[in-house]
Amino acid sequence: MYKLLMTIRKEVKLLARDLGGLAVLFIMPVFLVIVVTLIQNNTYENITNQRLKLLVIDHDQDEVSQAIFDEVHALGSFEIITTLEGKPLTEERAANAVLKGDYQLAIVIPKQLTQEIQSYIDANVEEVLQLGDTRTQPKEKPLFKQKEVVLYFDPALQIAYKEGIKAAIDRIVTQTENKFIYGAFASQLDLDSTSTLLKQEALFAFKEISPLDLHHEVKPNAVQHNVPAWSLFAIFFIIVPFAMNLVKEKNQGTKVRLYTVPTGMGILWAGKIITYLVICLLQFYLILGVGKFVFPSLGLLPFIIGNQLFNLSVLTLCIGLSAISLGVVFGTIARTQEQSSPFGATFVVILAAVSGVWVPTFAMPTLMQYIAKISPMNWGLEGYYTLLLRQGSLWEIRNEIILLLLFALVLISIALFYDKKKRSL
Amino acid sequence: MKDIVIDIQRLYKQYKGADFFSIEDVSLQIYKGDFIGVLGPNGAGKTTLLSMLYGLIKPTSGLVQIDGKTYQQNEKEIKRIIGVVPQEYALYPTLSAYENLMFLGSMYGLKGKELKQKIQYYLAYLGLEAFAHKKIDTFSGGMKRRVNLIAGILHEPAILFLDEPTVGVDLQSRLLIVSFLKELNAKGTTIIYTSHHLHEVQELCTSIAIINAGKVFALGTSEALMAQTQTANLEEAFLQLTGINLKDNV
Repeated sequence: MYKLLMTIRKEVKLLARDLGGLAVLFIMPVFLVIVVTLIQNNTYENITNQRLKLLVIDHDQDEVSQAIFDEVHALGSFEIITTLEGKPLTEERAANAVLKGDYQLAIVIPKQLTQEIQSYIDANVEEVLQLGDTRTQPKEKPLFKQKEVVLYFDPALQIAYKEGIKAAIDRIVTQTENKFIYGAFASQLDLDSTSTLLKQEALFAFKEISPLDLHHEVKPNAVQHNVPAWSLFAIFFIIVPFAMNLVKEKNQGTKVRLYTVPTGMGILWAGKIITYLVICLLQFYLILGVGKFVFPSLGLLPFIIGNQLFNLSVLTLCIGLSAISLGVVFGTIARTQEQSSPFGATFVVILAAVSGVWVPTFAMPTLMQYIAKISPMNWGLEGYYTLLLRQGSLWEIRNEIILLLLFALVLISIALFYDKKKRSL
Repeated sequence: MKDIVIDIQRLYKQYKGADFFSIEDVSLQIYKGDFIGVLGPNGAGKTTLLSMLYGLIKPTSGLVQIDGKTYQQNEKEIKRIIGVVPQEYALYPTLSAYENLMFLGSMYGLKGKELKQKIQYYLAYLGLEAFAHKKIDTFSGGMKRRVNLIAGILHEPAILFLDEPTVGVDLQSRLLIVSFLKELNAKGTTIIYTSHHLHEVQELCTSIAIINAGKVFALGTSEALMAQTQTANLEEAFLQLTGINLKDNV
């Protein structure tokens, strides 16, 4: 016990003397969580609340284009722009502006769109109403060539965002077409324009209910998702300084000396592991504190911990241990800091990518979903979400905890074995 | 008859991937209180031999017994009675000399007042008392060597291994280290020591082993080696035994 305490004391002193390292361990993760949450929160707001500038080249100048304008305006998601630098937009200028990324979207409404749609719908409606009426000779239907409403998208626009916009515009066009169809029927049947038959109302609507809403205050939001996900990402970066610590000992020659003392490698590593575990926990508390107390002053929702602090701490220790075990392996195998640091950092980024920190695992290809299931970061993330968003208990995350601990045990054993084996080469 | 404290029998070491033996068929007996100098050109196998003696690496074959025990069976017991001063400084640069020694001493089980007193005594003995609380990375090479030496002897080992303990130090530091080692040996510590300083070895050692290409070519007092090679001094004897050509080996 005495040797373990002395090892911990030494590690704490080494860390305390490395101000740059401490900054990386504490300031950078906090910065990361704030920046990512702000960005993701703003992206969400962009899609839902903020108005996107829409370049419109209206060659139709008639009822359909006006209807599209009205619908777009009613949606509130777009700001219609028809001139640039005081000159009316042309398709070429609009396309260039979008290509350069100055605007994300341009829409070109073709010539005579209203006229052609109107006459086609009128003919269709007339044909429908005349079905079964043998007294009237059917009129010849006008030829209709499908009109193209051209959309120019910024090539840098993300696919999900692009698809969202396309769906919104598609909905507008469909609603406009419906209005025309109803209007044509009204005209043919001599209905009053105020007739209730002509009212277009959605036949169904969505109502979102979270199963927890009735019992708990915590509601899923960007902050509740981001804080645990990016804390996890930050905690896993402990791999880099831990591996560097081991590599430094090799390069300084202190490892040679430590091999010669009557103290097992297990105690020496345990001292390091405990020290870095405490750091993981402190990192996590710091991020939680920032989420709870600093986020509101940044215009974000506060992070709600609820009564999960103890459970979160237990899970964080298990996550920290699995992250450190990776650091033990990298630090044991690497010969130089140039090997361990870039490899460790890149590995964490890859691990985050496959674990669902950036993209939800259900949205990944099947193979990646399987890979995610064997990733410790994914176990940690699932554990955090169960505690924070599903209000679960330690019992409910027992599988994640066991997997994280087993992962750490296996990796540390491999590192110890490798270390011993290397000395016998 | 003195007791054998280190018994080496038919020791071989071939590193993985190497097509030659770094240590080949070395057999030696080292007695209690001996001061053995291991001499040899660069790459001769001195550090490999010492590393096997203090248990850092395992031999390919052969037997090493320290105080009648082997590393396979009694690793911790052996480590308690040996001290090691590696060629590298082997200290934490951002810790002070005192902090380094507190930690390294505690790894031998030393604690409390005893540990503090020993640290203070040896720091004072080796002229470092005033720098006890300065960080190692502010020390000169000679000062680091002295702290490195203290770290190996704090627990007062019966057997001390030193791998080139005076390399890269100024004359003053070297003289201090040499006199300290003499005193340790006089108190009964068995010392096994590698160096390139032949005069230093001649002055210190009761027995000299000349090693080349992994083999021990000669073993005896400096006088015996000179007589064996019919040379006037140890340097000539060394060159005659190891050859004049460069011994670079990878």
